[in-house]
Amino acid sequence: MNTKAANSGSGQTQSGRPARRSLADWMPKIVMAPTMIITLVCIYGYMIWTAVLSFTGSRMLPSYNFVGFEQYERLFNNDRWIVALTNLGVFGGLFIAICLFLGVTLAVFLDQKIRAEGAIRTIYLYPMAISFIVTGTAWKWLLNPTNGLEKMMVDFGFVNFKFDWLINPDMVVYCLVIAAVWQASGFVMALFLAGLRGVDGDLIKAAHLDGASTFTTYRRIILPSLKPVFFSALVILSHIAIKSFDLVAALTNGGPGYSSDLPANFMYTYTFTRSQIGLGSASAMVMLGCVLAILVPYLYSELRGERHA
Amino acid sequence: MHNQAIGRKTSAMDKVWRVALYAVLLIAAAFYLMPFLVMLITSLKDVEEIRTGNLLSLPASLNFDSWSKAWSSACTGSSCEGISPFFMNSFLIVIPAVLISTLLGAINGYVISLWKFRGSDLFFAALLVGCFIPFQVILLPMAQTLGWLGIANTTSGLVFVHVVYGVAFTTLFFRNFYQSIPGELVKAARLDGAGFFTIFYRIILPVSTPIIVVTIIWQFTQIWNDFLFGVAFSGFDTQPVTVALNNLVNTSFGGKEYNVDMAAAIIAALPTLAVYVFAGKYFVRGLTAGAVKG
Repeated sequence: MNTKAANSGSGQTQSGRPARRSLADWMPKIVMAPTMIITLVCIYGYMIWTAVLSFTGSRMLPSYNFVGFEQYERLFNNDRWIVALTNLGVFGGLFIAICLFLGVTLAVFLDQKIRAEGAIRTIYLYPMAISFIVTGTAWKWLLNPTNGLEKMMVDFGFVNFKFDWLINPDMVVYCLVIAAVWQASGFVMALFLAGLRGVDGDLIKAAHLDGASTFTTYRRIILPSLKPVFFSALVILSHIAIKSFDLVAALTNGGPGYSSDLPANFMYTYTFTRSQIGLGSASAMVMLGCVLAILVPYLYSELRGERHA
Repeated sequence: MHNQAIGRKTSAMDKVWRVALYAVLLIAAAFYLMPFLVMLITSLKDVEEIRTGNLLSLPASLNFDSWSKAWSSACTGSSCEGISPFFMNSFLIVIPAVLISTLLGAINGYVISLWKFRGSDLFFAALLVGCFIPFQVILLPMAQTLGWLGIANTTSGLVFVHVVYGVAFTTLFFRNFYQSIPGELVKAARLDGAGFFTIFYRIILPVSTPIIVVTIIWQFTQIWNDFLFGVAFSGFDTQPVTVALNNLVNTSFGGKEYNVDMAAAIIAALPTLAVYVFAGKYFVRGLTAGAVKG
């Protein structure tokens, strides 16, 4: 594919000087055109389209009878949506906090000239290569109250051990947290470990010469210098949390009832199986709002930082 | 790193500390390994052993029946052909989607870093947003578009969707990589009469091998593991393996066969796990490329 493109490109450019000039000037724009069109239509165009639909009374098929903010009103009066949003808060908050804590701790521990560091790192990170559907399937089996961890602990002699979170509407959201932490915390570890390896060695030596202990050095000097890594991890984790759809589908399917729904699952159910396109679009727009609230300040500071550098 | 003067004095303390360190690291390793081990053990048991034993009790003999059932005869929704046809579907989707999105990303990254034009930086910023939007925002319009194009529920439709929403990431990867190539190189080549594609093909591509590997691995993992687009845009006979696995697990004709579920889950995870084991270095680099800039 490459060869062909290259040949035809140089073939055309040899045909004459003026033609080559203008063609060379246009070539970057021509090859970028497909991506530019795709981006404009399939990202920005569709966003606007969904926004428009969220102001209509669309049900099974998109229709364009505008009803103002009615769908948003219905959305926030819908108990299932409130449950989904609350779940996102609980799930997202715990998922991010635990991943960051585990990630930083394991990275710092692994940074102490550990034997077999490569092997341990590989073990920590492999869940990230797996689909959330596989993760959900595995944890559904592990957390299964009749045959899973509960039975194992009873067999080990803890006769009164009870672990039925997966079928308990109040606790099921924590099952999502466990599975998601298992999958993503190794990734946070890798991010921080890469950051730790990039810290200036002289800085650390100087701190030690001043008599600072290893603990103080980490707390006062090394970890604060990893602030950018921390923010990157925060953005990536919140992004994973808001987009989480497949994990719920595989682990709980939103149940029991709809007690473990997340906004992404709400949106899918209402748009595609309940024929409430207007309401589904409104929920998608709220999700977009959440992402933008996190993303815009981040991208702004990133791009500005680059310009100054 | 260790201060030698106090290092000697506190060596006993140090030893305790190191033991604790290793203990924590090994417990964590057990936490990450356990689900996979349990899956593997469960897949090798028969239904009776699963009912009587517990998660970690080993099977009496290695029993691969559940593997062959998961592969070729387990029921996924309405048909009972195992997950093998859907495993193949995933490859039919992944291979073209990865190649096309990587090629587009390479050319875009080349233009954005070395052939800047008015507005190309703005366009890159606009494209970056595409890495992060929640896809729920584009699902319905995309479903309509695929219908109009006549590729709804087809493999080509899924390839199209994955290329469209993958190109932002591939462009980002190549752009960050090409940022380090000096612009003078391109200017000199242009003075020598080399054209846009000649420079790309002769100068840029030969040094791009690492980023091509990173991008291909990243895209392969992303698209293979996708569930949302698969469930929203595929027809029954074009489902990717993740959708089929979810159907298999949630289909319950008669008793629940956890051993078959687990075997199917491992099969669905094998391609990406293999990539991770054999090219872990590049996988990690892909993961961190977006986050830690360099």
